[in-house]
Amino acid sequence: MSRSRENSVGLIDPQLYHHSQPFLLQNGDVLHGYELVFETYGTLNAEKSNAILICHALSGHHHAAGFHAADDAKPGWWDACIGPGKCIDTDQFFVLSLNNLGGCHGSTGPNSIDPMTGEIFGPSFPNVVVKDWVASQSHLADHLGIQKFAAVIGGSLGGMQAMQWSIDFPARLYSAVLIASAAKLSAQNIAFNEIARQAITTDEDYCAGNYRQFNKNPENGLMLARMVGHVTYLSEDGMKTKFDRDIKSGDFEQGANVEFQVESYLHYQGRAFTQYFDANTYLLMTRALDYFDPAREFDGDLTRALRKTKAKFLVLSFSTDWRFSPERSQEIVDALIRARKNVASAIIESEHGHDSFLLPLDRYTKVLRAFLQRSLEEFESSPKQLGIKNEGGA
Amino acid sequence: MRGDLKLIATLINPGARVLDLGCGEGELLDHLQRDKRVNGYGLDRDEENIRTCVRKGVNVIEQDLDQGLSNFVDASFDMVVMTDALQAVKAPRELVRDMLRIGEECIVTFPNFAHWRCRAQLALSGVMPVSKQLPHNWFDTPNIHLCTFTDFEQLCAAESINIIQRRVVNANHQEKKFINWAPNFFGTYAFYRLGKSS
Repeated sequence: MSRSRENSVGLIDPQLYHHSQPFLLQNGDVLHGYELVFETYGTLNAEKSNAILICHALSGHHHAAGFHAADDAKPGWWDACIGPGKCIDTDQFFVLSLNNLGGCHGSTGPNSIDPMTGEIFGPSFPNVVVKDWVASQSHLADHLGIQKFAAVIGGSLGGMQAMQWSIDFPARLYSAVLIASAAKLSAQNIAFNEIARQAITTDEDYCAGNYRQFNKNPENGLMLARMVGHVTYLSEDGMKTKFDRDIKSGDFEQGANVEFQVESYLHYQGRAFTQYFDANTYLLMTRALDYFDPAREFDGDLTRALRKTKAKFLVLSFSTDWRFSPERSQEIVDALIRARKNVASAIIESEHGHDSFLLPLDRYTKVLRAFLQRSLEEFESSPKQLGIKNEGGA
Repeated sequence: MRGDLKLIATLINPGARVLDLGCGEGELLDHLQRDKRVNGYGLDRDEENIRTCVRKGVNVIEQDLDQGLSNFVDASFDMVVMTDALQAVKAPRELVRDMLRIGEECIVTFPNFAHWRCRAQLALSGVMPVSKQLPHNWFDTPNIHLCTFTDFEQLCAAESINIIQRRVVNANHQEKKFINWAPNFFGTYAFYRLGKSS
């Protein structure tokens, strides 16, 4: 993996933010304090005007770039785009990436101890939603002294967080980048999430969510959930290019023991997932996806939901993404235009389906880089933008 | 700035809502945003154009004009502009209708296929005209709906579209007296400012 170490942010130590105050959630539950694990790349300038927040997707976490140890086989999940000279250029920007509340990579989540009972939360961890994530992220920003981000960026579920930021904290971000995202999931999209959830909850080892207590893990269910997910993140053409009908093992001549490459891939990905991802977190994250719909409190009118936003938007989608299709992005763009907001959009040609947003595709990284450069220049050239006094509350 | 764009810029009021169909590198909108603080959007499909617009801070939307403008609501813009693209779209009549549906007024510019050079080329050499404005061969031209000023005005009449203003220019986007003696013969480009029928 020596190539990927070029233009890398290098060795990174995760940090921990401890929020000691009670935190009221959207569903009325209260978390009695919480912790968020996060990483930063690049240097925050004196004016604190060059901060970018990265919001992660369903199975993401804080480790977006660089390495935790010199012998790590793989860098962070978005290393292709974050680093010195890359499109999210750490020579210019201070990049903040965290693991969301309810996650399973070090932030308070279903595997944490509930301070009220002294036992792990397990299935009783409250249903957090995108709005809760954004509120908790704003506390982390306060902690780091960041009054206003130059950009909040996210792909998929991460794009939903970036949109929620623009709605809930209009004065705290100069621009928002929504990549392969949607203003709400379609019925088809919710259906795939429900299949994934059923796979997990009907696994014998799920134990009504208390699998940790019984030293079990609903591996089969989690694996199945991930396999379904993976299929929907790829395109038919992409799968054909990657696997076609290639045989991994066995022989048609000798009978039935044929394993296709695509099967082997899904088994491997699914199995690997069970080793680093928590089933309760998966359920929680998919529900957050399903429930997201900022237009709900505005009679379903997204334009009204976006009316008070102040950010400049960049909305990107990918031609073969059918899980978060270009049409879903177009709905966001149309609503932003109706709300008279600044927005640019591009539909990137790619055969990699929804997964495209993780890849350093030439056109994608160029337009993202251009947008971020422009945002930084505009933000820094406007003294009013930088001042805290003129900010106006969220 | 290109001559035709300068002309258009003079017709747009400060703070107006402007939609530019086929905005290219965003020259017009960039100018209007800085000089007149318009709320402008441009539609384009070319990836280099889109990146250039983004770099300039122009609101560019990737959208194919051949898909129509149904995603834009009625009367949502003060001015809808389309420069030099009418002849390259699949359904020019429907597009002009749509432009007037979403815009209070429209500006349309296009090259004149009845310019004397075009007429001469066709008449004398018997081949499809090729010029600076129409540089393509017949087999690879994107210009699938070439028309003349007279053709366009007939369409406007049939559609009850109000031609508020017409300006005809030469290849350098300059207005010359002699052009107006016979615009459909001497004019290279026309610039039409259109409104709904009153």
